[in-house]
Amino acid sequence: MSLPQAHQSTLAWRQANRAKAVPGRTIVMTVRRCEGPGKLGWFESFKIPVEPNENVISCLQKIAANPVTADGKETTPVVWDSGCLEEVCGACTMVINGTVRQSCSCLIDEYAPEEGDEITLEPMSKFPVIRDLWVDRARLFNSLKRVRGWVPIDSTAALGPGPKEDQATQSTRYAISECMSCGCCLEACPQFLLEGDEDAWDSAFIGAHAIAQARLFNLHGTGKNLAPERLDELMGPGGVADCGNAQNCVKVCPKGVPLTESIGAMGRGVTMHAVTRFFKGK
Amino acid sequence: MSDQRVIVVGGGLAGLAASVRVAEAGIAVDLFSMVPVKRSHSVCAQGGINACNEVARQQGYSEYQHFDETLYGGDFLADQGPVLEMTAWAPKVIDLLDRMGVPFNRTAEGFRDLRLFGGSLFKRTHFAGATTGQQLLYALDEQTRRFESEGKVTKYEFWEFLAPVLDDNGKCVGIVAQDMRTMQIRSFRADAVVMATGGNGLVFGQSTNSVICTGGAASRCYQHGAWYGNAEMIQVHPTAIPGADKCRLMSESARGEGGRVWVPKDKADARKPADIPEGERWYFLEERYPDYGNLVPRDIATREIFDVCVNDHMGIGGGNMVYLDLSHMDPDYLTNKLGGILEIYEKFAGEDPRHTPMKIFPAVHYTMGGMWTTYTEGSYTPDAPAPEHKPGNAIPVAPTAGIGMTHGAPNNMMTNIEGLYAFGEVNFAYHGATRLGANALLSCIFDGLFNGLSVANAVQHTDRPASDVPQSVYDAASDREQDKHEAFIATAGNHSGENAYVIAREMGVEMTAASTVVKTGPRLEKCLAKLDELSERYSRVKLSDTATWTNQSLSFTRATGDMLILAEAIARAGLLRQESRGSHYRTDFPDRDDARFWKTSVSRFNPATGKADVTFEPVRAPLVKPRPRTYGKTAPEPAKKTAQPVGS
Ligand SMILES: Cc1cc2nc3c(=O)[nH]c(=O)nc-3n(C[C@H](O)[C@H](O)[C@H](O)COP(=O)(O)OP(=O)(O)OC[C@H]3O[C@@H](n4cnc5c(N)ncnc54)[C@H](O)[C@@H]3O)c2cc1C
Ligand code: SF4
Ligand code: SF4
Ligand code: FES
Repeated sequence: MSLPQAHQSTLAWRQANRAKAVPGRTIVMTVRRCEGPGKLGWFESFKIPVEPNENVISCLQKIAANPVTADGKETTPVVWDSGCLEEVCGACTMVINGTVRQSCSCLIDEYAPEEGDEITLEPMSKFPVIRDLWVDRARLFNSLKRVRGWVPIDSTAALGPGPKEDQATQSTRYAISECMSCGCCLEACPQFLLEGDEDAWDSAFIGAHAIAQARLFNLHGTGKNLAPERLDELMGPGGVADCGNAQNCVKVCPKGVPLTESIGAMGRGVTMHAVTRFFKGK
Repeated sequence: MSDQRVIVVGGGLAGLAASVRVAEAGIAVDLFSMVPVKRSHSVCAQGGINACNEVARQQGYSEYQHFDETLYGGDFLADQGPVLEMTAWAPKVIDLLDRMGVPFNRTAEGFRDLRLFGGSLFKRTHFAGATTGQQLLYALDEQTRRFESEGKVTKYEFWEFLAPVLDDNGKCVGIVAQDMRTMQIRSFRADAVVMATGGNGLVFGQSTNSVICTGGAASRCYQHGAWYGNAEMIQVHPTAIPGADKCRLMSESARGEGGRVWVPKDKADARKPADIPEGERWYFLEERYPDYGNLVPRDIATREIFDVCVNDHMGIGGGNMVYLDLSHMDPDYLTNKLGGILEIYEKFAGEDPRHTPMKIFPAVHYTMGGMWTTYTEGSYTPDAPAPEHKPGNAIPVAPTAGIGMTHGAPNNMMTNIEGLYAFGEVNFAYHGATRLGANALLSCIFDGLFNGLSVANAVQHTDRPASDVPQSVYDAASDREQDKHEAFIATAGNHSGENAYVIAREMGVEMTAASTVVKTGPRLEKCLAKLDELSERYSRVKLSDTATWTNQSLSFTRATGDMLILAEAIARAGLLRQESRGSHYRTDFPDRDDARFWKTSVSRFNPATGKADVTFEPVRAPLVKPRPRTYGKTAPEPAKKTAQPVGS
């Protein structure tokens, strides 16, 4: 495992910006506001004095404590979603300066190193907005049900250890299992579109994260018992065939989940599965 | 009995394990969480989960040794039965997680790999990279999703617990909760309620915890009459990366895999750490604790770092920072074993710890105290408490089920309120005065799996089902919360009002200074006075958002009031415990005082004063005799320094 691609490609840029970050500067944070589902959005800017090592969340916290815009108008605190603040819970995904990423790991020293630099925050566009930067990602979790993302154990009774596993399989599974359901891969995917109607979720494109999860469980000694059902789902509408192979997903995944590799593997699995079914006449 | 339901509040490891276990017993579960359960704070846990295993066993380790270590680590403050049961069950917990598909690291032969952790000389910590909590949480999340898709678990995510509903006999028969999006407040009926709402790091402002770990839910139960045990026992983790919004943990596994803590011998040494030769570095933990070295328990490591930096001004450059060094190790090995946490450091501090020593300092981390719970003793009842257990000694009791707690007894991990249970970090059981690393994940999952059966049994055998409770009880409870809600909204017009964020920040600073690493009576008195002032200001708080839709300010403002009440109990219990034990270190009472304080502090909320009435109750300790907790420290303690809490 190495650093995720998205970070690797920018490491030098990040370090260079950090090195030139001006202490005691004030930055401008421009936020796309929205009062609720179906309401029109607008932008508001805030002037924020920053200290070293701040991130987008600590700036939003400052706005919450003192919700006054750059031109001195009192407003409401910005609403956003966050949890761990260390890029492991997946809650805080936003579109920052036009690119989707986690906001807790988005450091001000890197994004706005100089006096007056601006950072723009917008909610993800592929999920319905609840308020401001907070979106409803229920569809993302629904996709995990579609692929039966679990190992079908008999019960929690004490029945001894699970199947032994070789190191290579463990490391493949571990890499996929780090997926934190953040939705970056879905925001970036040209095939994954906003769908507000819950009834349409089961036939709309399932998304790269869920295809990878299907692979995760198919690779497990007991998990693979549900492989036929998973492959059926991925063969159906909104399945793996809907992927246009644009590979945007893997570029933005903050956890470096091997998405294109997994989509490829599941694509082959689905083909094999279709052939088997054809000969079995099912 | 098909209409019986159990409410689980909290979807971290404890809540999910409980949901799975109760649903498996055939009882419908309503699962409430402020965040999608997959994003619960448990996801942050890094290092691993402890259990006796075959390799360690063949070297002389045992479940019983794990039990003895846990008591010793906790300075004998924990009730002993639950600890015995938990450690005896631990291997089964690991096996089950393994069956659920947790990608535990593997040996070349395909067995589960193990690592060293604090407080033990044996490798007994199982791990999945450096994101063990995430991997365990996901496994339980997946099983819960399976039950959800079968209709056996109903999730209420983005719902906030506001209060327990108690019937006329004081039994818990449901909860009041609020939808954080629509702001709808309503009550829910249940035959039993399991609180699994985690710790309270936010009371201290910056901690290693997630942003929702306010302890608000526990405080609300406390204000409704649930007792709170050992409130003063708060763990400060020795190694975290200080930050503007939170302190990010650098897991103990970094030391378990060989990380060394040091400072330059000359504090004016301005060289890069890599340029400082071995002989000019002071490895103070290794010097002071030759046996355990860098792996002494957390409170000890924390106090030593604090001592070196704050008292001796020997931190890096004279400041509050020491090195945690992995750079002597093979980078590929580190990536494989610790990748997740090294990335965190790289991301937030901008340096690669594979090549440059990390700069760290202690931060508030874990809540040993919590909601007071009881249990039914198990089958192991020795004539006299046993002395210290040493590797290789005969084991006094085989690790069979039910030795420490009776499996399925309806009162296991029940609070003093009938029908109200507390599982996981939110209860006070298991960890005494200090938690050993990698024992928390175990206690959370064990609670859910083992004591989930107790909940199911209590519900199945009750002669007072919640369905008999009149609706008026539920309406009254939700009306009370609705009134509070309206009162908050009404504060918005109050122009001279106080800001909840400012109050919370001041509380955090004060609590960290007075009630963490080093405490004294006078400083705690001062802290209580400060909390009085903050509470008075809080009574004039003004909401900055009056939205009737998705109002996060309201949620935070309400929690701030609840945190103040909990903070008071933490500081007061700390003031009254006139001794030093585990994480609780009083310079004015530097020794452990078993005669007076080998006792649980129990805080009961007094509605008349709004404060805690604290009593000290005997520890249930029939199994092992307490002994001094030294971890083999060498050399007499250097002439007693007068360590002082900050701001005294
Ligand atoms: C950075 C870090 C690393 C750690 N590493 C380790 C480790 O390596 N090994 C180890 O053993 N332990 C570790 N710990 C400790 C361990 O992670 C926690 O003790 C454990 O995860 C707590 O689990 P829980 O289920 O009790 O609560 P949590 O996981 O905190 O879950 C609490 C749940 O309650 C819900 N909730 C809270 N309040 C409300 C409310 N008012 N209404 C509704 N829902 C609510 C939340 O939404 C959440 O679902 C670590 C802790 C931290 C902070
Ligand atoms: S590779 Fe497929 S899933 Fe990934 S972005 Fe492209 S279309 Fe979407
Ligand atoms: S695959 Fe990556 S980008 Fe997609 S949800 Fe998972 S962690 Fe996020
Ligand atoms: S807050 Fe958890 S990923 Fe950013």
